[in-house]
Amino acid sequence: MSTPTTLFDKVWRAHEIHRSESGQSLLWIDRHFVHEGSFHAFNKLGERQLPVARPDLTFGIADHYVPTLSRDLESVADPKVRSMIEQLSDNTQRHGVTLFGLDDPRQGIVHVMGPEQGLTQPGLVMVCGDSHTATHGAFGSIAFGIGASEVAHVLATQTLWQTKPKVMRITVEGKLAPGTTAKDIALTWIARLGADGARGYAIEYAGEAIRSLSMEARLTLCNLSIEGGGRCGMIAPDQTTLDYLRDKPWSPKGEAFEQACAYWSTLHSDPEARFDLEVTLHADEIAPTVTWGVSPEEALPIDQAVPEPEQISDPAKARQARESLAYMGLTAGQKLTDIVIDRVFIGSCTNARIEDLRAAASVLAGHKSRVPGMVSPGSTLVKIQAEAEGLDRIFIEAGLEWRHSGCSMCVGMNGDLVASGERCASTTNRNFKGRQGPGARTHLMSPAMVAAAAIRGQLTDIRTLSSQADTTGAH
Amino acid sequence: MQPLTVLEALGCALPAANVDTDQLIPARFMKEPRSVGYGQFLLYDVRHNEQGTPDPEFILHRPGADDAEVLVSRRNFGAGSSREAAVYALVDYGFRCVIAPSFGDIFASNAVNNGLLPAVVEEDDAERLLAALGDHPANIQVDLVEQRIRVAEVDVQFTVSSVWRTKLLNGWDDIDMTRQHAETIACFADDYARKFSWAAPQPPETNIISKG
Repeated sequence: MSTPTTLFDKVWRAHEIHRSESGQSLLWIDRHFVHEGSFHAFNKLGERQLPVARPDLTFGIADHYVPTLSRDLESVADPKVRSMIEQLSDNTQRHGVTLFGLDDPRQGIVHVMGPEQGLTQPGLVMVCGDSHTATHGAFGSIAFGIGASEVAHVLATQTLWQTKPKVMRITVEGKLAPGTTAKDIALTWIARLGADGARGYAIEYAGEAIRSLSMEARLTLCNLSIEGGGRCGMIAPDQTTLDYLRDKPWSPKGEAFEQACAYWSTLHSDPEARFDLEVTLHADEIAPTVTWGVSPEEALPIDQAVPEPEQISDPAKARQARESLAYMGLTAGQKLTDIVIDRVFIGSCTNARIEDLRAAASVLAGHKSRVPGMVSPGSTLVKIQAEAEGLDRIFIEAGLEWRHSGCSMCVGMNGDLVASGERCASTTNRNFKGRQGPGARTHLMSPAMVAAAAIRGQLTDIRTLSSQADTTGAH
Repeated sequence: MQPLTVLEALGCALPAANVDTDQLIPARFMKEPRSVGYGQFLLYDVRHNEQGTPDPEFILHRPGADDAEVLVSRRNFGAGSSREAAVYALVDYGFRCVIAPSFGDIFASNAVNNGLLPAVVEEDDAERLLAALGDHPANIQVDLVEQRIRVAEVDVQFTVSSVWRTKLLNGWDDIDMTRQHAETIACFADDYARKFSWAAPQPPETNIISKG
């Protein structure tokens, strides 16, 4: 009998081309996504006059810099932003790479579009020059973000040198309570283990609460793996995964799909498989959670108060809390639900899939937002779906802007920014200083919680609002 | 890449935890070509006020900082975005080594690919180095051969993966190394395509909409 093996090890082994004497593995890459920011890597390739080794396994997506007010490149006022989008078109065309460009009806944020198109599949190794590539692990693939030098390496060779990380399993037992979502699972474990708590590890998420998550919710959970420092996050494929993939445009067809399913069903950690670290949470311990500081680890259940640095015994932690409170303009000990916001943003690769928009819309329906805000669907297809369901009307009638798809205000590269000093309740992934714009203050939370904050104009416990339908992200 | 063995240089203390890559280089500067020099963008919003006026108290604005090659910081340095531009900003500024108790994984890989050493020290040792450097650039020695760091009387050990150490000591580049394995890769790709035939992307039957 073979040694019990983890999901991660099964996928890793299937992709190991060569192991060097020093222990580094040369891995085969099944999918490589490039975006506007990948121009540094294409330039490196150009300097060496190298072709793209496997254009058929490379996909270009315009997402980081695209305008959200229109799909017209000419509408982009900043010539440097326009040039970023044009360079991606030029580079993909030159190398024969399929492009999901600005005016493509399938365009979207790479981590929304990939799964939606069926390009993301179990058992693959997938990379992209974006740290939230961990998202794709929701299907049981090894997916991780890489830098520009590595992007150039993958373009040139379709391989990557990697040192095998350790593997940890985060098990969430029990059932999530209404109002509690995958976002809350993520913020809870990151707050507990720290923003570098999973550094050096690949994470496998397991347990009853994970199994009952929809694909969309699993994508949210895996997306945030990097915010706890994880190399990647994975969930073993199951019936939910197979059902999702069956009719996707780029999924294997017919007989090939059945063959793939037979293999995919072997992709799970064996019962006796050993993990380097095991972390167990019970769903009862997870409440709707928001960040109060400038790192995703600075997160608390919504019914609590921000820390009082004087009460923290560890001087380093007290100093960090003091600095974070100062940047965020908060008073020590202030109740989270007393924090008044200036704006909301619903979008990003973390929480802008159709279920996320449904969750936010179900809270907002019939209400006005007290603050301005913006909704940017995760992909153009999500936008079309939401419009077919009338969700756009709910957002617009609440007073929010209904935009096109892109990375938008999560990272502000296209000019969608939070003004300095403004406080934004956001469905995004990073509350770093200046992330949404210089001086911007970000509170991360689930889409339903952002909608609740919009209605009251301050951070709000979704459980205290009457409308709680369909906000769990579970199915 | 230039090999790195022993640095005898000025070091700067940046006593903050979680110096993420969004702080190292704000997103708005990343559409610039590398040729403009990314050093000017390093920690831009940390060291300038909203009008763009430099904060004279900030360590990188102290006399001698322009010549510094070593930065010492606190845990989780380079967390967050995979933007290699964060490393370009440090390297173009003149840094060749960052010392911290822990680094974001992607940042550390990016650093090594650009000849920048991410040296990991114990948390206590990071505090001793920060204290020894103080609030002005000061002499520091980083010895990659012996894996030791010295500032005045403080002498501490650091760790770095042996693979990265070898790459940095020799100034090796991955693409050149990998292309030596071209034949092995080609054989693997053939076997893989046979064994996992469904893993090749299956384009939808409708026309690919690519505006190129």
